[in-house]
Amino acid sequence: MAADPATIAMNPTPSNPRDVLLRVDGLKKTYSAQGRDVEAVRDLTFELVRGELTCIVGPSGSGKTTLLRCISGLLEPTSGSVVLDGAPVKGPPRGMAVVFQEYGRSLFAWMTVRQNVELPLKVQKMSKSERTRLVDQSLESVGLAHSADSYPWQLSGGMQQRVAIARALAYQPQLLLMDEPFASVDAQTRADLEDLVLRVRHQFDVTVLLVTHDIDESIYLSDRVVVLSSPPSTVREELEIPLPRRRDQVTTKELPEFAHLRAHVFRLIKRESGAETPDAHDSSSLATAGEL
Amino acid sequence: MTRTGGLPGRVLIGPVPGLLGIAAFLGAWEVAVRGGLVDDRYIPPASTVLVAAVDYLDDGVFWRAVGRTLGAWALGLAIAATAAVVLGILIGSSGVARRATHSTIEFLRPIPSVALIPLAVLVYGTSLQSTLLLVIYAAFWQILIQVLYGVQDVDPVASDTAVSYRFGRIARVRYLVWPSALPYVMTGLRLGAAVALILAITAELVIGGGGLGERIALAQSGGALDKLYALIVITGLLGVAVNLVMRAIERRALAWHTSVRGEVPV
Repeated sequence: MAADPATIAMNPTPSNPRDVLLRVDGLKKTYSAQGRDVEAVRDLTFELVRGELTCIVGPSGSGKTTLLRCISGLLEPTSGSVVLDGAPVKGPPRGMAVVFQEYGRSLFAWMTVRQNVELPLKVQKMSKSERTRLVDQSLESVGLAHSADSYPWQLSGGMQQRVAIARALAYQPQLLLMDEPFASVDAQTRADLEDLVLRVRHQFDVTVLLVTHDIDESIYLSDRVVVLSSPPSTVREELEIPLPRRRDQVTTKELPEFAHLRAHVFRLIKRESGAETPDAHDSSSLATAGEL
Repeated sequence: MTRTGGLPGRVLIGPVPGLLGIAAFLGAWEVAVRGGLVDDRYIPPASTVLVAAVDYLDDGVFWRAVGRTLGAWALGLAIAATAAVVLGILIGSSGVARRATHSTIEFLRPIPSVALIPLAVLVYGTSLQSTLLLVIYAAFWQILIQVLYGVQDVDPVASDTAVSYRFGRIARVRYLVWPSALPYVMTGLRLGAAVALILAITAELVIGGGGLGERIALAQSGGALDKLYALIVITGLLGVAVNLVMRAIERRALAWHTSVRGEVPV
């Protein structure tokens, strides 16, 4: 299974048919409040390939979080289905772990880092020795072995999100769901956390679905990007990211392909949010926008 | 940054201002009585009362009375707290139960415990149970209301986290609901502890059956004014001690909470 790190293979050649881990089919979610229906998600269909990292990117308010909550079983869709590894999702399945944007509220302030990471394993009555092994391993992999006995609120925001990631990894999910996981941290920390996700997803052999509004982030991280339309959302486009597998914050983002992909997704989303699309004859406005 | 605070200002922190306040109060009391402003047939001077209070320190009967009062207080508070926490979590976890019990709670809660004295005497006579009934009734509502608020205060993200990691009902209560409600429970306990002490002494005073309240009633009927006031001062000190103990427990139990942990350098 181990990929040669030197290969500049695009994506692992999809074996036909694709090895699908998660299938979202005709997903629709309408909220009803005070007799008024608000359609957040209209019709979403896409698949996650086992072992891949997929980003969902869309204009703000495009129902990304709603979609993630439906997939994770926290929210019941109005219609449509979510199937994880052959089993329909009717509530949070054992094979998924969610990392929320609000790490400070997702971690339990009354528990130490170690206790936080260990708790989901303890609740499912795993043996003490197995728990200790998994907790040590996951804390080590996010670089927090030395902070195991601190409380989350004694750590910086980036470190707290690492704790939440460690908790998810120790849980040994097939699918790791991340909802805008780096939206509340500064730029440098964000880059570090992005690289951390790229590293651990191979180390733990986990499929990742990450929701973001950041186009650069989606392309940098992904094997595949799903672009949502403005609400009520549908899949605007699904594209493979044929960048070298080994990503680097500097060199990957220097590649012409990266710039092309970025511009492509940018235009899709701009069009969705109703703004002017810079075309060839309209390059002056693009230049102005670039300087701003 | 100016240093206008200086040294003289710094002395006025910690327990010093509080102790100065007490000294000033005792001084004013002494002067008011000695100067004839207050008739010493009703209020003896502070020094006389303090001497009577010190005399109690090697009085076995007095200490047994203190023991009985504090025993009734502690037992009543423990029963009230246990009942309030269990019921509060059960009621608070269900919207239907909350709505169904709301009006009943709002009706029973304002009934003053002392209004139950005739009932208590009728059922339990002058036994310890009478005192306990009043103490429990008074403390129970204070704690229950706080638990009900506390259970509502579970963070939705933390709750989603627990659900997504497939916590069962019991695991959710144990690891999420209970710690989230704990700051409220502690406030309820502190309020409940104060009214429980008041009610324990009131019950003994009115119903009898031993304890500090009964000593106060006896001192009054015997015309021992210095002892009467000494006992009143002592019950006040007991109240202060109870509050200090409850605050210490609160600080220990909530070391992780924003109200206790203070600013953390990150």
